[in-house]
Amino acid sequence: MKSDPWDAVVVGAGPAGLMAALTAAQGGLRVLLLDSQPTAGGQIWRGAAAGQRGVAGDLLRDAASHPGITVLSGAEVIAAAAGKPHVLTVTSPSGLTHVHAARVILATGATERFLPFDGWTLPGVVGAGGLQAMSKGGLDVRGKRVVVAGSGPLLLAVAAGLRQKGARVLAVVEQAGLPQVAAFGVAAARLPGKAAEALGLAAGLRGVPYWADCAVVHASGQNQLQTVTLRRGRCEVTLTCDYLAVGFGLIPETRVAALLGCSLDAQGAVEVNVWQATGVSGVYAAGEVCGIGGVDGALLEGFVAGCTASGQIERLHDAPRRAEIQRRFQSTLERSFALRPERLPTPSSQTIICRCEDVRHGELQPFTNWTAAKLQTRCGMGACQGRVCGPATETLYGWKFSGVRAPLAPLPLSQLLSEPNTLSPP
Amino acid sequence: MPERTLAVLTLDGVRVMVPAGTTVLAALQNAGLSPLRRSLSGEARGALCGMGSCYECRAVVDGQTVRTCLTPVQDGQNVRRLMEVNREV
Repeated sequence: MKSDPWDAVVVGAGPAGLMAALTAAQGGLRVLLLDSQPTAGGQIWRGAAAGQRGVAGDLLRDAASHPGITVLSGAEVIAAAAGKPHVLTVTSPSGLTHVHAARVILATGATERFLPFDGWTLPGVVGAGGLQAMSKGGLDVRGKRVVVAGSGPLLLAVAAGLRQKGARVLAVVEQAGLPQVAAFGVAAARLPGKAAEALGLAAGLRGVPYWADCAVVHASGQNQLQTVTLRRGRCEVTLTCDYLAVGFGLIPETRVAALLGCSLDAQGAVEVNVWQATGVSGVYAAGEVCGIGGVDGALLEGFVAGCTASGQIERLHDAPRRAEIQRRFQSTLERSFALRPERLPTPSSQTIICRCEDVRHGELQPFTNWTAAKLQTRCGMGACQGRVCGPATETLYGWKFSGVRAPLAPLPLSQLLSEPNTLSPP
Repeated sequence: MPERTLAVLTLDGVRVMVPAGTTVLAALQNAGLSPLRRSLSGEARGALCGMGSCYECRAVVDGQTVRTCLTPVQDGQNVRRLMEVNREV
């Protein structure tokens, strides 16, 4: 069925997507903003309320009230085809919907990288950002003993946030060395506004041990996490805890980009030019999907993408200078928290790598690539479709995760069997 | 966000009251039901990512299998963990 295309469809309503949608709408475009979560804000602004004080509250309010923006929440892109117009197929509680778009702005963000070790499948072992998300979703962490481990500045933000909600953070465990962490701290403090943020974070973490150069060895428990064992120097330390919040940095979420034919760089991020345009005509990308750089970079990229998509070139006068500052910050971030094999958890032959299909390290070791392992062991063929084990095998075995195809999410058969709706601009 | 209003839902047959605006996942976890399913080899599993990508938090809500971390609580919801559903089957 032919339908009137949207001027722009923005995929993802985190900081980058909200900013891109608002900017594009200010330029006169009719914008559809899609998001998989029940409410806008993305992971970083999850639970933030429109109108509350600060950037998040302002942007959430402005995007929600702009007449040029239609928001569709709880909606996931399951198929995408580049063309004139681009066609996205979206699943949501109201069924399957086709969306036609003259332009697409991808702001799909990132997911956490998990690295397997013995015991990581126990309930209570959760992502670092994951526990933060759960707590923002209403999980009561008061009095819970939490060990936050892995790599990256997210660990600090998570630890401070959990502590504020009443959790007892026993330690923050970082695989990077102290000099690298310090170098990152200096670079971050040079960014406008970051020094005050860092001081606030430090105050929130007073009294919490920060162990750099430290590795997770294994977690133990009967049907539920009870202890985690860490390696500090030559010593092993075992802590009794309720949650092990563990994450080894973030990975750009590029599945929709892949279906549209966008090319990726060596880090697995969508390649864009200075205008946030991908190599595919009419497709732009902004935020963590273009590389991990934090909320300020995401807002800037969302602004640039919104301006270029809507032809508001005059608003971009200051953007290249600001982008350069963000890029330098981003490369310090990557350097400082580069994963070091000797400080990463090491799986045993019995460690489960693919949680959906219970495929173990020992079964995967004979293979040389993702496709062969997938065919022979069902690794990556379960419900999450390799979202968790794909990146893990990249780090563990150096495989290239590939083969993204529609549908990107499992669908109820009833949706597949019914005629999709078409959502047109108002 | 309407923090003060409460939703009444049933978790594995037990009625609980939880603040509106929480996720079904948080309601389950706060009720002590954090192992959500058993894996193929029989391990207890719980939610991992909290944001919709690991699919470990699936449960049956009003007859539909959903990711509970993406599902807000609603008055009258009937939630069953896959662990319980599998036991019945």
